[in-house]
Amino acid sequence: MRTVSAKDAVAMIPEGATLMIGGFMGVGTPEQIIDELVRQQKRNLTIIANDTAVPGHGIGKLIDAGLVTKTIASHIGLNPVTQKQMIEKKMEVDLVPQGTLIERIRAGGCGLGGVLTPTGVGTVVEEGKQKIEVDGKSYLLETALHADFALINAFLADYSGNLSYALTSRNFNPIIAMAADTTIVAAEHIVPVGLIAPDHVVTPAPLVDYLIANE
Amino acid sequence: MDPQSIIAKRIARELRSGMLVNLGIGIPTLVANYVPSNVKVFFQSENGLIGTGPIPEEGMANPLLTDAGGNPVTALPGACTFDSAISFGLIRGGHVDMTVLGGLQVDAKGLLANWMIPGKMVPGMGGAMDLVTGAKRVVVAMQHTAKGKPKIVDKCTLPLTSIRPVDLVVTEMAVIAFPGGCATLLERGPGISVEQVVAATEAKLALPDKIPEMQ
Repeated sequence: MRTVSAKDAVAMIPEGATLMIGGFMGVGTPEQIIDELVRQQKRNLTIIANDTAVPGHGIGKLIDAGLVTKTIASHIGLNPVTQKQMIEKKMEVDLVPQGTLIERIRAGGCGLGGVLTPTGVGTVVEEGKQKIEVDGKSYLLETALHADFALINAFLADYSGNLSYALTSRNFNPIIAMAADTTIVAAEHIVPVGLIAPDHVVTPAPLVDYLIANE
Repeated sequence: MDPQSIIAKRIARELRSGMLVNLGIGIPTLVANYVPSNVKVFFQSENGLIGTGPIPEEGMANPLLTDAGGNPVTALPGACTFDSAISFGLIRGGHVDMTVLGGLQVDAKGLLANWMIPGKMVPGMGGAMDLVTGAKRVVVAMQHTAKGKPKIVDKCTLPLTSIRPVDLVVTEMAVIAFPGGCATLLERGPGISVEQVVAATEAKLALPDKIPEMQ
C-alpha cells in the first residue's frame, strides 16, 4: 500500500477507464476522489455502482459533468440527469437487480466466472442470458464483473491499509475492493496500526493499493 | 383516514414478533408507524442494516446511517450492519420473513409489475426483483386505482418484477390474496361495498361468502 494525494491518485486513472465506486445514494462514496475526477475532467468513464445518487452529490457529480458514457447500476430513479442522458442516448445504462449486481462483482473479485440466480427468471432481465436448471429450478447465469479501479470510502484505514466501515456506508465498498485491478481508498480517519482490532478489519490491507493521504 | 394510512395500518396487522421485515419506499415505509405495541419485529434496510429505527430527532441525524431511500434513520439497540452481498443474501436466500413493496400493477394470478413504465419511467429495479423472488411473504401496498384506472388487472401489461406471485395485496378498498393462483377478495375497505371493489378491479375476483370490512 502506498499513500498518495487525491490529485496523483486520479492522475493514474486514464480516460475510458471502468470504475467501481462504493456508495448507496451517496452514502459511502469517496467524495474526494469524485471531486478530483471532475476537476481533471476524466472522460468516457464506465461506472459500476449501486446507483448514481442525486445531481450534485456523489456519483451524480460525474453524471452532471458528462464524464460517464456507460453506467451499470440497479437504480437511477432518484437522479433525473441520469434518466435524461439515458433517454437522449448520451449515456448507456445497464440496469441490473441489486442482488445480482453485488454478486456479479463478488464473483469478479473471488475468481468465479459468474453466479446462478433465480432473480430475473421470466422477466426482461433474462433476455440474452443462459438459463440453467439445477435440481429442477431455473436460474440465470450472470457473469462476473471486473473493473480497472475500485474507488472506496472507508471509515477507518490504518497505516498499513486495513479498513473498517461505519454503519450503512459499508454497502458495496468491501465487495468492490476485491474486484478491480487497482484499489484506491479515501478514509474518513487514518489511524495507527493496531487501532482496528484484527477481528474488526473488514478489508485486509493487501487488497488496498493506494490510500489518499490527509492534506 | 387517508388511503395511504388505511393501507399501512392494515398491513401492520400482518406483522408477527420475531419477523425480519423489509419495507420498500413510499407507502410501505409508513407500515413502521403502525406496528402494534405488543409486536417486536426486525426491520431490514437493504443498504445494510437490521434494526432500523425511526427518523432521528432534529439535529441528531448521522450522515452514515440512512435507509434505502438515502434518508436519515436511527439504529435500535441490537441493530447490526453488513455489506450489500450479505444484505441480498438475506433477501434472496429466504431469510426475510416478509417484504412490503409498492406496485404499479398486480394481475389475477398475483404477478407484480412495479419497476418500470416503458418509454415513461425507468428508475431501475433496485432490490425489488430480489425481494419478490426471495422473501418468504410478499405484500403489495398500493392504491386501488391510478387516475381512475384499475391497477389490479387481468394480465400485467407492464414488465414483470418476478414470476413468483405475491401473497397479499392491500389497497384502501380491498385486501386480496391469491389462493390456488386465483385473486380472492378477503376484506373490503372502510365504508366500501363489494360491488364498489369489483367495479374498480379489472381482474376477476373470487368472492367468498363472508367479506368483512378491514380493521
